[in-house]
Amino acid sequence: MYRYDEFDHEFVESRVAQFRDQVARRVSGELSEDNFKPIRLQNGVYLQLHAYMLRVAVPYGTLNSQQMRMLAHIARKYDRDYGHFTTRQNIQFNWPKLEDIPDILADLASVEMHAIQTSGNCIRNVTADHFAGASADEIADPRPYAEILRQWSTVHPEFLFLPRKFKIAVIGAGVDRAAMQFHDIGLEVKRNAADELGFGVFIGGGLGRTPMVAKQVRDFVAEADLLSYCEAILRVYNLSGRRDNKYKARIKILVHETGIDELKQQIEAEFERIREGVLKLPDEDVRSIEAYFAAPAFEELPNESAKLEAAQAADPGFARWVGRNVSAHKAPGYAIVTVALKGTGEAPGDATSAQMDVLAGLGEAYSFDELRVSHEQNVILPHVRLDDLKAVYDALLAHGMASANAGLITDIIACPGLDYCALATARSIPVAQEISQRFSDLDRQNEIGELKLKISGCINACGHHHAGHIGILGVEKRGEELYQVTLGGSGDETAAIGEIIGRGFASDEITNAVETLVDTYLARRLSDDETFLEAYRRMGPAPFKEALYPPAPATEAA
Amino acid sequence: MTDLKTPVVFTANRLRDGEVVWLGANGRWVETVDASLPATTQAEQTQLAAIAAQSDADNVIVEPYEIDVSLDAGSVTPVRFRERIRASGPTIRLDLGKQAQNTAHAA
Ligand code: SF4
Repeated sequence: MYRYDEFDHEFVESRVAQFRDQVARRVSGELSEDNFKPIRLQNGVYLQLHAYMLRVAVPYGTLNSQQMRMLAHIARKYDRDYGHFTTRQNIQFNWPKLEDIPDILADLASVEMHAIQTSGNCIRNVTADHFAGASADEIADPRPYAEILRQWSTVHPEFLFLPRKFKIAVIGAGVDRAAMQFHDIGLEVKRNAADELGFGVFIGGGLGRTPMVAKQVRDFVAEADLLSYCEAILRVYNLSGRRDNKYKARIKILVHETGIDELKQQIEAEFERIREGVLKLPDEDVRSIEAYFAAPAFEELPNESAKLEAAQAADPGFARWVGRNVSAHKAPGYAIVTVALKGTGEAPGDATSAQMDVLAGLGEAYSFDELRVSHEQNVILPHVRLDDLKAVYDALLAHGMASANAGLITDIIACPGLDYCALATARSIPVAQEISQRFSDLDRQNEIGELKLKISGCINACGHHHAGHIGILGVEKRGEELYQVTLGGSGDETAAIGEIIGRGFASDEITNAVETLVDTYLARRLSDDETFLEAYRRMGPAPFKEALYPPAPATEAA
Repeated sequence: MTDLKTPVVFTANRLRDGEVVWLGANGRWVETVDASLPATTQAEQTQLAAIAAQSDADNVIVEPYEIDVSLDAGSVTPVRFRERIRASGPTIRLDLGKQAQNTAHAA
C-alpha cells in the first residue's frame, strides 16, 4: 500500500504541531471559538451532542494492521474503548477531550494517518471500492488513482474554500460497490477500444436534502488527463457553484440548474485550456504510485480447497458464513472476507478496541497485512487463502464478528442519529437494532435474500437512506420521532433514488412496517431469485402501499 | 416581572473536554441538568443569558444556548427529546454519558 513520502511526513507532522499550538491558544483564551471553529473543523474535530468528535480518514478505505491497532489504541487510551466506522470510509471517535486531540493526531501521524479534510468545504477523503486490488471482476485497481487524487486535493490552495464540501469516489470494476454515482465526482476506471486505461466521469451525484444520481459528463478521459479533467470540473464549480444558499451549494444543484450539456461545455473548455499543463500525469509517475499498490505475493494455489470443503461440511454455521461473507478473489485459492460489524442488536459500524485488535491480528496473519473499511460500515480482509477461511471465521466468532449477514436485511447502514449527532432529528441506531433483532433468524434472512436497508437520522442522509432498497429517514414531528420509508433506491451501478411510500411511522411501528414490506415482497416475488429491488422495480409501489396503508374497512350499511 | 411560559435553563459544552454542562447557581457550569438553575421569569432569563455569554467570551464553555425545561419536585427535565438525550447519554449505550456516572439520570 501507499507509504508516505518525505513530503507527506513533514506535512502531516507540521499540521499536528500547528494544531497543538492552536488548541493551546484556544484553551488559554487567546483564540475565540469564532476563530478556532474553522481550524478545528479542518482538522476533523466536530462538536457533537455529548462531546467533541474526531473524524479520522481512512484514505480509499485501505489500512494495514499497524494502523488498525493504532485506532484501537486511540479508542482505548483517549476515548471510550470503541470507534464508529462511517459511510465515508472514516472512523469517528465520539468522546475525545479537546486537550487530548493533539496527542491523538500525533499518534495517528506516527502510522501515517490524519484527520485533515474530513470536514469543511473542501475535497474530502477520496473513497474507493473496498474490494479494490482483490476482486475478481476488477479492470484495474482504483486506489492508485484515488491516491493521486488525494495528493492533488490535499491543501490544494484553490479548493480549500469551495461553495460546499466535495466528495470523490473511484471504482475499478463495472460493479459499483462504492455508491460512485452518489458523489460530486464519480470515476469508473475502464479501458477504451484501444485497450488504454482511463475513466468514465460522472458529476453531480449526492444524497441529502436534494438527492440526485450523477450524470455522465465524459465516457472516457485518458489516464494522463485525470487531474486536468478533475481540476476543470472543480474550477467550473468553484466559480459558478452557488454560495448564497448552503442548501443549493453542492455541484449537483449546479448541474441541475445549469444543465449537464452547458456545464459540460464549460468543463471541456477549461480542460482544453489546461490539459497540456502541469497536471498532465506522466506515465512513469502513475506507474510508480501503482507500484505502492502492487498485489501481494500470492502463492500459486489451486482454485479449490479440500480443507475448506471439509470444514464447510462439518460446520453449517461456517458454511453459511462462507456463502454470504466470502467473495471471489482474482487470485486462485484466495478469497475476500467481509467482516460484518452488524451483530444482532448491535450498532452498525461500531467496533470495540478489542475487536479492532483482533481484526489487526487477522489482517497480519491471514491477509498480507491489509484491511479495508467499506462504506457499508464493515471491515474487509481482502486477501485470505481459502485454506485459512476457517481459522479466520473461528477467530471472528470468538469475538462476536462472525455474523453471516453480508448483503442481507440485517447488514444495515445506520448513521449515528440522535444518540450522538447534533444535527439529528431522530434516532437511527435503535431502529437498526430493533430490525436486526426482528429478523435475526438467519434462515429467514437468507430466504429474503439481498436487501439493503439504510437508515438516516436526518435529511443530511449520512445513512444513505435514499440509496436503500428500503430506506428509513427519521424526522421530528410535534416532538416525536417519525420514520419515513422510501423504496426502490439503489447505490450500485443501477443507481436510483428511493421513492417515499406514504406517511411516516412512529418508532414503535417502524419495524412492523418493514416486516409488512418484506412479507409483501415474499408473497409476490416471481422466484426465489428475484430480489426485493427487482420485485419493486417490476411491480412499483402499489402493492407495498396497499399493504402498509390498508384502506379503512367500509362502514356498515345502515 | 413577567413569568415565562416555560422555564428555561442554559446549556453548553465545556471548552476543554467537551463535557455537556448547564448553567447553575453562582454562575457555575454544572455537569447535571438537575443541578442547573432554571429561569422562570424574563428578568432571570436575561440575567442568565448574560452570564452564559460572558462564560463564552471567557472561554469556559462553547456554543451556549437556552432550552425549555419542566420542573417537578426539584428535578429539572428538558422538554425536547434531543435535550433529554444530551442530559443522560446515548439511549443505546447506558454505560456512556451522564447516565453512566449517575444512575438517577438514566433514561
Ligand atoms: S444523517 Fe443527520 S443525523 Fe445522521 S449522522 Fe448525518 S447529520 Fe447526523
